[in-house]
Amino acid sequence: MSKIKKGVRLDHISKIYQDPKTGKDFYAVKDVSLDIEPGSFVTLLGPSGCGKTTTLRMIAGFESPDEGEIYLGDQPINALTPNKRDTAMVFQSYALLPHYNVFDNVAYGLKLRKVPKEEIRQRVMHILDLVELTGMEGRMTNQLSGGQQQRVALARALVIEPSVLLFDEPLSNLDAKLRVSMRTEIRRIQQEVGITAIYVTHDQSEAMALSDSIIIMNGGVIAQMGSPQEIYYHPDSEFVADFIGEANFLRGTMTGMEGGHAILEIEGNRTPVHPKEGMQTGQTYTAVLRPESAALAETGGLPCKVVLSCFMGSYQNYHVMVGSTLVKLTDYNPKNKRVYKVGETCSLVFDPAFVHIL
Amino acid sequence: MARSQSAALDRKKLMADPVMVGTIVVLIAFLTLFILYPLAILLVDSVYGDDGLTMDIFKRVMAMANFRKAITNTLKVGFLVGVLSAAVGLLFAYVEVYVKVGRGVGGLFKVVSMLPVVSPPFVLSLSMIMLFGKAGLITRFLLHIYDNSVYGFWGIVIVQTLTFFPVCYMMLKGLLKNIDPSLEEAARDMGAGRMKVFTSVTLPLLLPGLGNAFLVTFIESIADFANPMIIGGSYDTLATTIYLQITGAYDKQGAAAMAVVLLTITLLMFAVQKYYLEAKTAATLTGKASRGRMLISDKSVTRPLTALCGLAAAFVIMMYLCVPIGALFPTWGYKFTPLTFKWFGQVFTRYKGFKAFTDSFVLSLISAPITALLSMIISYLVVKRKFKAKGFIEAVSMLAMAVPGTVLGVGYIRGFSGGIFHTGLLQGIYGSAAILVIVFVVRSLPTGTRSGISALRQIDKSIEESAYDMGADSFKVFMTVTLPLIKDSFLSGLVTAFVRSITAISAIILLVTPQFLLITVQINEFAEKGSYSIACAFATILILITYGAVLLMNLFIRFFGTSRKIKEEM
Repeated sequence: MSKIKKGVRLDHISKIYQDPKTGKDFYAVKDVSLDIEPGSFVTLLGPSGCGKTTTLRMIAGFESPDEGEIYLGDQPINALTPNKRDTAMVFQSYALLPHYNVFDNVAYGLKLRKVPKEEIRQRVMHILDLVELTGMEGRMTNQLSGGQQQRVALARALVIEPSVLLFDEPLSNLDAKLRVSMRTEIRRIQQEVGITAIYVTHDQSEAMALSDSIIIMNGGVIAQMGSPQEIYYHPDSEFVADFIGEANFLRGTMTGMEGGHAILEIEGNRTPVHPKEGMQTGQTYTAVLRPESAALAETGGLPCKVVLSCFMGSYQNYHVMVGSTLVKLTDYNPKNKRVYKVGETCSLVFDPAFVHIL
Repeated sequence: MARSQSAALDRKKLMADPVMVGTIVVLIAFLTLFILYPLAILLVDSVYGDDGLTMDIFKRVMAMANFRKAITNTLKVGFLVGVLSAAVGLLFAYVEVYVKVGRGVGGLFKVVSMLPVVSPPFVLSLSMIMLFGKAGLITRFLLHIYDNSVYGFWGIVIVQTLTFFPVCYMMLKGLLKNIDPSLEEAARDMGAGRMKVFTSVTLPLLLPGLGNAFLVTFIESIADFANPMIIGGSYDTLATTIYLQITGAYDKQGAAAMAVVLLTITLLMFAVQKYYLEAKTAATLTGKASRGRMLISDKSVTRPLTALCGLAAAFVIMMYLCVPIGALFPTWGYKFTPLTFKWFGQVFTRYKGFKAFTDSFVLSLISAPITALLSMIISYLVVKRKFKAKGFIEAVSMLAMAVPGTVLGVGYIRGFSGGIFHTGLLQGIYGSAAILVIVFVVRSLPTGTRSGISALRQIDKSIEESAYDMGADSFKVFMTVTLPLIKDSFLSGLVTAFVRSITAISAIILLVTPQFLLITVQINEFAEKGSYSIACAFATILILITYGAVLLMNLFIRFFGTSRKIKEEM
């Protein structure tokens, strides 16, 4: 596509809704500022009701912000209606026009733009080729599988060559396997076209697989933004750590520094962890330990007792109690490894470098 | 916290869409001028006399013994008709949903529910008189009763019950189908007998729905003009009293005050029905039944119920059949053979039948597409868009449902005969074809809007949003997406509007001028004069026209309507 790529900028955006039960106003989105680079793939991730969809719908123009301004490239677009915005959305329910066939669905936006017939034909066929639906153009949409319908929806959004592509949980109606293959597909096409994409989802693995950067939202505000690695390894808060991936939280008081490690007293055990800047002796800290970063051993770590031991195929799942703290572990590739049984006492070991202090 | 910026932006976005703004403005003007204003002027007229604000007019009409009598008459009839219709409707609905019946009975039910839709409102009154009256086929010639009077309370009650119970039947059928069979199976499992299940599970679940059906019929009965007019005899109801006050006593102010009384009663009931019972019905019966119901096939239950319903259905069908047959007898009540088409001939040769049919036909044909389109636009705006005046548009178009035709007719007379607020403005439309078309439109608008709204609610909002997002403006979205998706609803709205218009009488009889001959008005006149054969001939042709229109619609939907596949999809 020859078009100049455009970024999206949200400048202190807020949206206020009225609670239908109490009649009180509340912030559905509060003071969100974002700068999305042209050509990048950004995901808005969060639990339901966190404001991610509202944010997306404000960018599309279906909702109007109560505070702040939205820019597409350099142009403020607050007052533009959705049909005048250079964005295209892929909906959760596909939202294909049921009375049109595949070709007419994809051609709809081009016809509205009064593109010459021959060019419409070429562009539609080209896009259908891109989403691997060649030969399906004469089908009615209800003759397609869910995955194919979503490809049509994607083709329809791509064909009008928008500056920004918006995705509203597009894969949540598909089954688990198809979801995985479709998200690879979406990433491939986005890279091929080089378009700016904003993607809303509550599925963290989708967000990780797709995005250049992830924006985690909670309660209408941005909890953290960064690359998938940054967010996974260096979460800012318990909410983020818990929402993306699984996390164990170990609380302990710092007793001092030793050999470049901070020593936390966790459940009465002196435990070396990778320090963060500005830590002070005597303060209590929370350490985030990912389930795959720890293992069980006979001795040499935090003493613990196994309360659940469950074979999951690719890994052995353990729940152990360290004092009164529950720690979940995943021990990958368990074949030929010693399997700890429920009730056994053993030791929780991990590399201090894999622990992140909040 | 201020939501002012989004409000301002929403306004700006709306203003960027001139077609939409124009449509909204025209709609508001139409609804205000032709629904709100005529009702408002009634109120103003009845409290504003020569010397300012006064309650004298109300005092005057309330002092009339016949008006007070009419109020109690109307309420008595309405109450009984409501109870009976709900009961008969429940019987039919229960048998259809719960009991294993033969195919024939099922077909019979369909015919019975269809008949009131395609026939003019007073057909049953006609056949009641012809079958059970003094010269009635059954009373006089079969049972040799020579002095049976069908005129009055019982005549109205029977005829209205037969006319309105199919509405209850359709409503209750829908509700019964939504009851999850496992609730009743659970009760059976705990040891309850069939009767106990019905009284302790089915009936309580259905109670708000039954109340709803009762009130809907109650309102219909109160608003009914045609049946009391023909079969009421000296038993006057509010609708007929108001009509006589205007056409007989030329007391327009008195009639206005009476209309206000009638309107108040129906509005109160409508409010209870709409905001209390409807919500309650929805709350107790939500969702779909999870699976099919085991039909009762116990012969001790099926036989009596089937027989009862079969008999009732057969009776209703016989009543309707009486009209075309009656038109074939040489002289009703005296000479039955040889069958003759002379009355049909006379319709056209002596009684200007051709003009009556063309006038009715053309006026209805003009108003039907206007009504259908208008109701689809209103439904679209109400369901799919958000803007400030939306509540107003929805409320006023639903309000029209609660306004009896007679009240609207008096409102139009008061509101337009002297121009708007008696200033002479727009006086030209009074007595013209335009006002008749407008009355037809207003009278059919609520039904069309209601069906449009329920059709649109089933369409995923994001389908229209996606079109909007692709670059279509509101007009384009409506024409290329909304309308094609609710084509069936639009087509049936078209026919319903046509049928309702061509069979309408209550408001139109007050407004029609001698230059137009309308079939329904003609039938009413002949029926009142006692020329039943000619009335029957008119009614038969009318039924044929309406039935033809319904057939045509079904054919049309089959070939051009939304394909079944799309429907399954949604």
